Amino acid sequence: MKITEQEVRYVADLANLRLTPEEVTSLRADLDEILAHIGKLNELDTADVEPMAQVLFEAEETATLREDTERPVLGSETALANAPLSGAGCFKVPKVIER
Amino acid sequence: MDIARLTVSEIQEGLKARRFRAEELAREALGYAERENPKTGAYLHFSPERALAAARRVDGAMARGEDPGPLAGVPVAVKDVILTKGLRTTAGSRMLASYIPPYDATAVVRLERAGAVILGKTNCDEFAMGSSNENSAFGPVRNPVDPERVPGGSSGGSGAAVAQGTAVIALGSDTGGSIRQPASFCGVVGITPTYGRVSRYGLIAFASSLDRIGPFARNVRDAGKLLGVIAGRDEMDSTSAFAPVPDYEEKMRGGVRGMRVGLPREYFRDLGSETGDLILRGVETLKKLGCEIAEISLPATDYAIACYYILCTAEASSNLARYDGVRYTMRSRESPTLIDMYRNTRGEGFGAECKRRIMLGTYVLSAGYYDAYYRKAQKVRTLVARDFAQAYEKVDAIAAPVSPFPAFRLGEKIADPLEMYLSDIYTITGSLAGLPCMSVPCGRTASGLPVGMQILTRHFDEAGMLRLAHSFEQAGGVEG
Repeated sequence: MKITEQEVRYVADLANLRLTPEEVTSLRADLDEILAHIGKLNELDTADVEPMAQVLFEAEETATLREDTERPVLGSETALANAPLSGAGCFKVPKVIER
Repeated sequence: MDIARLTVSEIQEGLKARRFRAEELAREALGYAERENPKTGAYLHFSPERALAAARRVDGAMARGEDPGPLAGVPVAVKDVILTKGLRTTAGSRMLASYIPPYDATAVVRLERAGAVILGKTNCDEFAMGSSNENSAFGPVRNPVDPERVPGGSSGGSGAAVAQGTAVIALGSDTGGSIRQPASFCGVVGITPTYGRVSRYGLIAFASSLDRIGPFARNVRDAGKLLGVIAGRDEMDSTSAFAPVPDYEEKMRGGVRGMRVGLPREYFRDLGSETGDLILRGVETLKKLGCEIAEISLPATDYAIACYYILCTAEASSNLARYDGVRYTMRSRESPTLIDMYRNTRGEGFGAECKRRIMLGTYVLSAGYYDAYYRKAQKVRTLVARDFAQAYEKVDAIAAPVSPFPAFRLGEKIADPLEMYLSDIYTITGSLAGLPCMSVPCGRTASGLPVGMQILTRHFDEAGMLRLAHSFEQAGGVEG
């Protein structure tokens, strides 16, 4: 077994995902099967291989940088338009600090 | 005029000859799409006001004697992971069920600037994660060829709309095969351009090092025309390429005599099926066209699925972290604390496949596993890319299957996620290497299901890829 239900719950906490007990059970089985397949990569010797983070990197390092000039922005009203709860130009969330 | 089979050039000729106005065409196309859509569920929602406004702009431009653009009046469908300002964009997720984007994706801006008429937004797997369109929170899409079967995924709605005739062309997105596989299953043309060829600005991010926007069409020429409109550097996406965009339509002309086409040994090994037979018949057509066929080897293929599902889930777990109940419409009601709000919102908002990928991605990035999984996969990605680079020393293009099988039945594979992942084997490699790749119709099975042939070329050689696909199509595909 590659992964336990306890580990599934730990990873769910890291990912901020609330899972039902049934989801924990089925995800454990799915992840176990997928991780077993992924283990195949250990057959390959990659000691001298460079990791690839991006496919194409021929351009100069600064090629994609633009002039740092002021531009119109969305504005807070537009940015807040999809917020489930907002007020006073801010996103509102449950209270974080107790007085 | 058969509204369901119209091509871009027929529309251009019709407008030029004043046989119809763009607004008339838009009304007819909208009416047809709204009537026919229940058969497949390809569209999630329509945008009649926006469509008619775009059509009137085309008519206005023509009345003033101005050039209305290369896609003037062309009815187009847009996958619902691509942002449309003021028009609901859901990514097929409950999480974004009521999300109204504050801006347009660059591809959408360029479409409308070229005169295209956006009819609506198409269904897809949730956050573009899936190979069957069964992961949409708003229900599956049915394949217009056989309604008991899936259209493929994740761009299932775009593939189905173009096949059904409720759009002339469509935009999709492809991370591991999400344009090519539905194009193959629905019997239409689908192009995944070189990574960086088309701006990702306004594409809802799934796996940023792999995500690409690309066209669907009913023929190669229309697909190439659409690509020409959306391709090119965009300063809103720093990974978009500076490489100049050629006139793809012009580049399609001229034959493919002497073009060297490689068949990857590893892709035909396990393909003793109708699909394999059809692809090999397609290769016979390429030979008749004068292509030189050579066997090549891509030895890292066996490791590509494992590599891909580490990288794409790792990136997805990061990209989807933003859906936390603060900014994007949905928030769980019963959440007294901030952390409860995050967790409940995500638990309620994401579907099973999204959760699976977020979990796998979080796991492979978590402390102690990073080197063993994520870094290892990045190195294997180098090996996959190197395979292609070596192959392209000997050949100009690669021909391959898109999928090991044609469209399967709804529900047939949903219970086994790993099996579903493994079916992406022939498309994943080109995704990892960032290569231009496409699916072009390559006959049908005995029971009438479409099969697509995949064509890949070197980075930024979409022109060569399109020329080969166009020649193949003009020669009659497998009947050639």
